[in-house]
Amino acid sequence: MFLNQFLFLAAALFCIGIYGVLARRNGVLVLMSIELILNSVNINLVAFGAFHGHIGGQVFALFVIAVAAAEVGVGLAIVLLIYRNRRSIDVAEANLLKG
Amino acid sequence: MFAAEEAVANPWIYDNVWLIPALPAASFVLILFFGKRLPYKGAEIGITALLAAFGLALIATFTWIGDIQGLEESEGEEHALVTDGGTQTVVLTAEAGEEHGPARGAPVVNEVEWFGIGTGANQVTLGSDGVEAVDGAEGEEAAEPSSGFNISIGTLVDGQSVMLLFVVTFISLLVHVYSTDYVNGDRRYTHYFAFLSLFTASMLFMVLASSTLQMIVGWELVGVCSFVLIGHWWEEKPNSDAALKAFLTNRVGDVGLLIGVTILYFAAGRSFSFVTINEMAVSGEISQNTLTIAAVCLMAAVMSKSGQFILHTWLPDAMAGPTPVSALIHAATMVVAGVYMIGRLYPVFYEGFSIAGSSINLMAFIGGLTTVGGGALAFVQRDIKKVLAYSTVSQLGYMVMALGVGAYTAGLFHLFTHAFFKACLFLGAGSVSHACHHSFDMKADMGGLRKYMPKTFWTFVIGSAALAGIPPLAGFWSKDEILVGTGAFPGTGGNGTYTIPLIFGLITAAMTAAYMTRTIYLTFFGEYRGHGHPHESGPRITTPLIILAFMAVVVGFLNMPSGFVDFLRLPSGWAHLFEDWVEPAGIASFVGVENGFTHAKPSLLLAILATGLAVGAGVVVWRYYERLYAKDPKATDYVDGPVANNELVAAGHRVLVEKYYLDHLYTDVIAGGIKGPVARAANWFNQNVLDGVVHAAARSSVGLGRFVYRFVDQGLVDGTVNASGRTASESGQFLRRVQTGQVREYATLMFGAAAVLAAVFIFAF
Repeated sequence: MFLNQFLFLAAALFCIGIYGVLARRNGVLVLMSIELILNSVNINLVAFGAFHGHIGGQVFALFVIAVAAAEVGVGLAIVLLIYRNRRSIDVAEANLLKG
Repeated sequence: MFAAEEAVANPWIYDNVWLIPALPAASFVLILFFGKRLPYKGAEIGITALLAAFGLALIATFTWIGDIQGLEESEGEEHALVTDGGTQTVVLTAEAGEEHGPARGAPVVNEVEWFGIGTGANQVTLGSDGVEAVDGAEGEEAAEPSSGFNISIGTLVDGQSVMLLFVVTFISLLVHVYSTDYVNGDRRYTHYFAFLSLFTASMLFMVLASSTLQMIVGWELVGVCSFVLIGHWWEEKPNSDAALKAFLTNRVGDVGLLIGVTILYFAAGRSFSFVTINEMAVSGEISQNTLTIAAVCLMAAVMSKSGQFILHTWLPDAMAGPTPVSALIHAATMVVAGVYMIGRLYPVFYEGFSIAGSSINLMAFIGGLTTVGGGALAFVQRDIKKVLAYSTVSQLGYMVMALGVGAYTAGLFHLFTHAFFKACLFLGAGSVSHACHHSFDMKADMGGLRKYMPKTFWTFVIGSAALAGIPPLAGFWSKDEILVGTGAFPGTGGNGTYTIPLIFGLITAAMTAAYMTRTIYLTFFGEYRGHGHPHESGPRITTPLIILAFMAVVVGFLNMPSGFVDFLRLPSGWAHLFEDWVEPAGIASFVGVENGFTHAKPSLLLAILATGLAVGAGVVVWRYYERLYAKDPKATDYVDGPVANNELVAAGHRVLVEKYYLDHLYTDVIAGGIKGPVARAANWFNQNVLDGVVHAAARSSVGLGRFVYRFVDQGLVDGTVNASGRTASESGQFLRRVQTGQVREYATLMFGAAAVLAAVFIFAF
């Protein structure tokens, strides 16, 4: 009962994040959706850690936050550069790798 | 280097005589590699090497002479006693083991194994009694040779080889010095000196050879070097033709040489050694018939190398080479090789032709024919060098004739004296041509040179007088000795009674004087008929001339007959020195007859007769040309001479001008006659057999190629390659549609795949 609520919250967040990544065309929103996915995972980690009385969950969550920060830094830089080159941050337009 | 441990027994020079050919050989290599970078373009290396070799040759000569003189003083006066002396010495050595040395006067042989098992010094000393005294340590080795292949290389020192060492190094040294001026500025100056060195080295190698095999090596090397040097100016066709002619004519004789040496090898119990062959020939272990066949074969080699009729034709053509080379070829190297070989294997010829007590044999006849035939040809030459070339042919005939009649010493003595005055004459001719803008034509470009070049003139006259046998110059003594040696003149004795060679010899004595007078008159007297102003040559040319002229005057006194020495009240030891020094000491063992060579008694009457003939012929010719040029000092062709007026003389003249038609015989009749059928047969063989094979091979390979192309290459290989290419391309076309470039679609695929994977994990496990 105690754990389930956190898991449902995380699942909901995850699904919102997936939707955001797949459906939105705005590059910044895609990044924010990825943050949602990552944080849903964080919730899961902390929840399981608390549930099992194990500190490892929180430690991993901290790592994920750190990695997420770095990822956002790189991601925003990419978005900024795409904007400078194309005056747009629509990810659908950035299809130079089309085969 | 080798045989150092026997140095106690022999004087140093006998064991290290190999240095003499080694020095010019080393000089050849050095000149080739470094010559062009040196200040004098390599000439200095050649001259230094020759100077050193000449020094060593002098040491060898004086050591040898010292040995002989010492022997005579201790044993008596006449060399008849030398035999006994030699035997005693050997016995003494064998008994007491004293460090007394081998018998002096006997050949000293130093050999090392050339190929075979094991190496080491192997010294065999021939005692004059004909028994090999083998030094103890090599006892088992000496027993070995019968077992098969044991080829040795080494040196043989005796009077004959020492004499030639002296002559070759001496003449070659002077020729080297002379050449620095004569070929100065030549485009292959360095190359010229390199081969001059090699030429000398080859001849010295041959002279010192201790076995017939080694002699062949030297013999062929000499041939190759002469080929290179005769064709020195090969840009002009006649010169390279002359070089080829010299080489090919020599090949003809070489066949005889190879056969002769092979016969002797088997006849002498598988031995190439001169000492063994000579011993066995003397002792009768080789049958008379074998010796005769071998001698005839070797005679062919002598005919080609030493320019004997009928293989002499290359020799005058060899004048195409530079003049110093002609001097070297005609005086010291190359042509004397044949005469030298006869001397080296004299017992074979002596027994094979039964020289003793006969009146004619093949060798004497060929020599006689050559001496007259060659001399006659010298009369019709306009080219001063060709006159000298035919004169050389004639004089070589003299030497061979002398050896043919059993006058061994006389033949070699003539070789010795001839080397000096013929070198002098050739170098003189070179000097003349140097002055006359490199022309050799006596009639068109010379005349009256006596005033312009006195040194050349006087040395040339001395050389000619020596050649013509005017006493007391060198040629007189050797020629007289040969005439006496025929034994046909009343009261001379000798090995037989060779009347025909005596007549040939006397005719030649007259002819030699006549054609040399003609040459001197045309060259040095009358008025100058060429262009420009002739001038005397430089000191590097005239100094060798003066030295050689001096030698041409004095060397004859080395072999004066005893009667003459007594007449002049000179010390009796001054008589026949050359004979004592050069003639093999163990004379009985060398020639096989109990009392050795019979030395003919000199005859004053014969000497006067021969000299009278020579002087008379010279005077007649002189008067003839004086009268001719009195009418027209610039005449080059004589319109009213006997050739124009008398048909018989004209016919003879034509035969001489055409050189007895021998060249026509060789090129047109023999070569042409053989060439045609051979060429036709070769053509048929080529067309039908060779071409057939080639065509069949070609056709079958074309067919095979077509098959391979159509089925293997096009079908299999290309099919595989194309198929793999097409597959890759088509699968690429299909897969590229997945690559849309849309990140969201990639993400969709990724999440879809993750969902599928999750489902698999959940439901499958």
